[in-house]
Amino acid sequence: MIELSDKPIDVAAVLDRVQSPAAGAVVLFLGTTREMTAGRRTQSLEYECYPEMARKKLQELEAESRRRWPITACAILHRLGHLELGEASVAVAVSTPHREDAFAAAKWLIDTIKEDVPIWKCENWADGTTEWVHPKAE
Amino acid sequence: MKVQVRLFAAAKEWAKASTIELDVPGGATVADVRNTLLVRVPRLAEFGPQLRLAINAQYADDGTAILPDSDVACIPPVSGG
Repeated sequence: MIELSDKPIDVAAVLDRVQSPAAGAVVLFLGTTREMTAGRRTQSLEYECYPEMARKKLQELEAESRRRWPITACAILHRLGHLELGEASVAVAVSTPHREDAFAAAKWLIDTIKEDVPIWKCENWADGTTEWVHPKAE
Repeated sequence: MKVQVRLFAAAKEWAKASTIELDVPGGATVADVRNTLLVRVPRLAEFGPQLRLAINAQYADDGTAILPDSDVACIPPVSGG
């Protein structure tokens, strides 16, 4: 299940989507808006995406994760628009029969989302400036 | 051939537009569009090889041909999550 939304992520509803008697493990990853980045204070964040492509990419990643691991259910949600500090910007929830696969699939999904899905974050710094975040290659 | 390129995030800010129209020769490839785009918005060179282009909502290699009805987008390094 893929969702891009400007509404807050309902974590209980996300877990409800993936919990199943077929699964012995649920892993939930939440990415939350952090106040301090390299010594600078964030006031709030804005997210934007290329909607058609972001949705398509997320669907591809879900399908690929299902090829790699025996996934019972999977939910990926990403916020768009304005976020205050401490809010969840992304949720990845995976259920599998056994925990190793749930951890591995959730980690692969969030790592790959951060590399490939066309979503961008803009920092509204506490000093009043704004800055789109475009990470440099490692 | 006229190509509309969608822009996002800093690319949109620098171009001061969410879409930019480029004039490229018929039979142009992704590499040709990228080069034309870099002339119009020179600051995009800051991204180096990390600047990707998408055709019809898929990342495209430099050799991919652009068709008149291609949906072209400029994808600067992403920062979701």
